[in-house]
Amino acid sequence: MKKVFTRPKSLKRNIFHYCPGCGHSIAHRLICEVIDEMDLQDKAIGIPPPGCSVFAYYYFDVDMVESAHGRGAAVATGIKRAFPEAVVFTYQGDGDLAGIGTAETIHAANRGENITSIFINNAVYGMTGGQMAPTTLVGQITTTTPYGRDTILEGHPIKMSEILALIEGVAYIERVAVNSPANIRKTKKAIQKAFQVQLDKRGFAMVEILSPCPTNWKMSPVEAWQWVDKEMTKVFPLGVIKDVTGGRDAD
Amino acid sequence: MKGAVEISRELCKGCELCISFCPKGIISVSDKLNASGYLPAVFNDNGECTGCAICALVCPEVAIEVYRG
Amino acid sequence: MAKVLMTGNAAIGEAAIRAGCQSYFGYPITPQNELTEYMAANLSRRKGCSFIQAESEIAAINMVYGASVVGVRAMTSSSSPGISLKQEGISYLAACELPAVIVNMSRGGPGLGSIVAAQSDYFQATRGGGHGDYRTIVLAPSSVQELADLTHKSFDLADKYKIPVIILGDGVLGQMMEPVEFNHEAPAELPVRSDALRGAKGRPSKFIKTFTSDPAELEEINWSLFRRYELIKKNETAYETFLVDDAELIVVAFGIAARIAKGAIRTVRAEGLKVGLLRPITLWPFPDEAVKELAKTVKQFLVFEMNMGQMIEDVQLALEGKGEVSFYGRPGGVIPTPSEVARVISRLYYQKGLNK
Repeated sequence: MKKVFTRPKSLKRNIFHYCPGCGHSIAHRLICEVIDEMDLQDKAIGIPPPGCSVFAYYYFDVDMVESAHGRGAAVATGIKRAFPEAVVFTYQGDGDLAGIGTAETIHAANRGENITSIFINNAVYGMTGGQMAPTTLVGQITTTTPYGRDTILEGHPIKMSEILALIEGVAYIERVAVNSPANIRKTKKAIQKAFQVQLDKRGFAMVEILSPCPTNWKMSPVEAWQWVDKEMTKVFPLGVIKDVTGGRDAD
Repeated sequence: MKGAVEISRELCKGCELCISFCPKGIISVSDKLNASGYLPAVFNDNGECTGCAICALVCPEVAIEVYRG
Repeated sequence: MAKVLMTGNAAIGEAAIRAGCQSYFGYPITPQNELTEYMAANLSRRKGCSFIQAESEIAAINMVYGASVVGVRAMTSSSSPGISLKQEGISYLAACELPAVIVNMSRGGPGLGSIVAAQSDYFQATRGGGHGDYRTIVLAPSSVQELADLTHKSFDLADKYKIPVIILGDGVLGQMMEPVEFNHEAPAELPVRSDALRGAKGRPSKFIKTFTSDPAELEEINWSLFRRYELIKKNETAYETFLVDDAELIVVAFGIAARIAKGAIRTVRAEGLKVGLLRPITLWPFPDEAVKELAKTVKQFLVFEMNMGQMIEDVQLALEGKGEVSFYGRPGGVIPTPSEVARVISRLYYQKGLNK
């Protein structure tokens, strides 16, 4: 028998500090698999956010630079403009990309920056203990919406993929999830594509990954993974939101 | 196809996702805590494993290696 | 090369290009728009260079951070309210020990303020400005030539000490037109720092971070930054003295205020008053030693700034009580005339009995 599944080379051997069942761990592994398969380890520069994934540099064996909250797209812009040979990716949470970083994200997309954004949407602010995120669902209970998100007071969950898809400079946006084997496989393909778009200089690419947060959703990992399908995909439908490259490449 | 799986006792955080997704139902929860205080998943090698690798695919901790052949 | 007539804002741009600035990210704000426009016209099409009019001053400073990470000379500019926006980014640059040049052509404040020159960003510039314990080198030119010279120097200082450098100008300096000579040609190859992050090829991957969950680690980072700051204090403090040798009263002023003060001092000297000027050129590090040296023979100091009294504190700290400090300030963007300042100087001179 031969080994058919093993840790990607560009994923460092450190134990993840993420909670049991957290989507970050899956996303990290998939990105590293793509970095290995596309031979990007020498060229990649990753930009993690403040948030649970602030320690991403302990896991990704590529050059990484921390960003201030929300500013990842601007930092990525500075890097890519100054050193176009780099393969630049931001790794951002829902507060980072869809809250404080909305302006930087929209304008990097608008300029058509050749960067890849990985957007981890878990509908909550994880690291700080479970407060409302811009993507929190209506009625969802968080520590700052203890009575459930109220549309009159707090508005609706924001759909960044759909918003960004309206922008000329955006080449590719797909929304995926890491809550089942089939979805995990699609997520990997989307990440591959998002990096390919950068290599082909087609413009801004983003993969929005619906990600379970068992701890702050107050569920078991198995329940949390199911909740993504049961509730999140009703508000954040999966699929290709925009693709100027003419459809998905065959695998 | 015959398969086999190695689950690292110490990397596993007992999330039970491999258990819930295994098509053969041949992974279960150990009754012994690991060093981090989790009850890890245990592979029950009864010959039914096909090496589909779904367990490894869903494992957040990259705690599972899969063999097939 | 020959002298050319240029506005201060344009001179900054030209000097930056000649210093090998590769990236400029800016945002329109009066009174420095001519600098952003100069870079748009002259940097954007240079081979290998980048110009972006960013969506905000916040985005611009973060773009500078990114460019500095990959080892190029990067600059941003703004004016007071926009510099407030950049403080988080500057704190991150300082924490990561990343070189960068930030130009503040300051205007009246607080709030949206006025669009004319003021000097009320002194505290913001010299006390870090953002959160945490850090400093940035602060250079205070007082002529278009000095703007050009100090802009060129700022990139070298930033790289040498791995620190953000602030050029603290103001609206008058930016808009005034004076003859200026550029003493450097743009480099044939744009400089790239050897410690830059440019992909982990042939070496282990590196990461740049400012966050730590270990206070002891952060403590050591703070001490290490401040050990470097001591080195900067020793090596880079700069100032100018004017007619101090026989002075009974020293005016302390920086930037455009120092220009006005010089005019005032010439006027009162013609009347026989023995007045001199100390003009700090580095506001951080502040020329403490120069103040202490003057205090050996002079007891009266008049701090003149276009604000409510900011540099005066550094003068008082340096004097340690060995001298008397008076203050004349005009905030909000009001520009005093030399004759007004001359009246203030002479009144003080006679009040303190220095004519006896």
